[in-house]
Amino acid sequence: MSITTFIIISIIKSVAVIGVLLTAVAYSVWLERKVSARIQNRWGPTRVGPFGLLQPLADGAKFIFKEDLTQPHVYKPLYIAAPMIAMVFAITSISVIPFGNWVNIGPWGTYLQITDLNIGLLVVLGITSMGVYGVALAGWASNNKYSLLGGLRASAQMISYEVSLGLSLVGVLIMSGSMSLREIVDYQGGVFWHFIPRWNIFHGQTLAFFIYLISAYAETNRTPFDLPEAESELVAGYHTEYSAMKFAMFFMAEYANMVTVACLATLLFLGGWHGPIFGPPILQAVMPVFWFCLKVFFFMFLYVWVRWTLPRFRYDQLMAFGWKVLLPLAVLNIVVTAFIVAWRA
Amino acid sequence: MLHLILFLFFGAICVAGAINLLAQSHPINSALSLIAVMAALAAEYLLLGAEFVAAVQVIVYAGAIMVLFVITIMLLNAGKEEHTKGSRIAILIGVPGALIGAVLVAWTLLFRGHTQSVAIGAEPGSPQGIARLLFHDFLLPFEVTSVLILIAIMGAVVLASRPEAISHRPGKPEPKEAQELVGAGKER
Repeated sequence: MSITTFIIISIIKSVAVIGVLLTAVAYSVWLERKVSARIQNRWGPTRVGPFGLLQPLADGAKFIFKEDLTQPHVYKPLYIAAPMIAMVFAITSISVIPFGNWVNIGPWGTYLQITDLNIGLLVVLGITSMGVYGVALAGWASNNKYSLLGGLRASAQMISYEVSLGLSLVGVLIMSGSMSLREIVDYQGGVFWHFIPRWNIFHGQTLAFFIYLISAYAETNRTPFDLPEAESELVAGYHTEYSAMKFAMFFMAEYANMVTVACLATLLFLGGWHGPIFGPPILQAVMPVFWFCLKVFFFMFLYVWVRWTLPRFRYDQLMAFGWKVLLPLAVLNIVVTAFIVAWRA
Repeated sequence: MLHLILFLFFGAICVAGAINLLAQSHPINSALSLIAVMAALAAEYLLLGAEFVAAVQVIVYAGAIMVLFVITIMLLNAGKEEHTKGSRIAILIGVPGALIGAVLVAWTLLFRGHTQSVAIGAEPGSPQGIARLLFHDFLLPFEVTSVLILIAIMGAVVLASRPEAISHRPGKPEPKEAQELVGAGKER
């Protein structure tokens, strides 16, 4: 492949993935509103388009045309930079996520992934760990006590749960022996006992899956861990002083992070794009991507379901749960997995 | 060629960030410059073929340790610092020291420049290579370091949890009174 073709294919892939991601973000918001409404026995958005399907576009237009307020008491450079930081890191982390297998389009072929790195998982963790700065700096630069408290809570919470999140993944890494997301998915192909898929969640990493899921909810500041923006205590937390597109950027960053986390859960524990494949060749080419999207959708739905079902933790409960329950369980999982793998080898 | 350009680019970011760290008067800007330095260093490691070290550099230094710095600055709500003109000793010793250092580096590069440069990927930089070094070749130093860190953690816990250090500050009630106050609170 010549360098020109490589660059052209890379640009096409990047634009496509970012477009799909932003669309997914918009429609996660729609899903959230719709499902929350059904849980509360309401209809949710119905007016704009069939089933309110054009509501995200209307919301986007509203955000763009709203007045962009900048309070006189804020520290301006960081106040403007904070939403950008949050947004950039939220979008960048999608770059190493694989969506499916090798595909051939005419003479060219490519993996359905922007780039494959042999430390892919660490790259995702590194980029998401940088995302804390968006929230923390927003809280500080707003120069407002509620924002500051929200920012402080967010950074403390995200650092604490990053530990158990990272440790919960070590079991998967020990079993597959690689940090490349593609190889981790390849390891999960096939079935055991003739019908159970060899996905990591069924294959010894069930505890790790639940630790990952809980920590991921805390990492993305979602209920029951939404203390950084707890409305009843902090007005809106770190984004109290933000309006219009700047607020929308935080909002989009939150949902983009949710999508990334759901993709990671799918790849690491639910076997990525593995699933039953049948039908004519054209269908067979599309099926893996379909299975991948279905699993990601399941996680997005779970996010919404949990948010409108559970109440919020108290702050000391949050910290105690992270450090005294999840962390020891994650370490236990690593020790047991390592022993079993060493026993078999 | 592209490699060299990228290397110089990130090197320049690194140096600019370090200078900005000293030049800024607000602590939070200094902390952010330090993050930029660390991210640029990670990019340099990546260019040298040490992918694992680069990722860990970002996760540990830029993503965790610097967040604690930023939290501390936010909590203390530290204001602008006043720049002093610098001590005379620093100028008397620092400037000649920096000059000598620069001369030494230049001399080494000019007259010992015939040493072979290492190809990218020749040194262990992959996760497997690092793991072999840490858990096989240098197992004992690695374990001793972890014990050292454990001692540091215990020291921090002891320093942070000494109750008399808190209650003896001027303006605070004596420990006995404090206990009585707590007791009274419980009765209500």
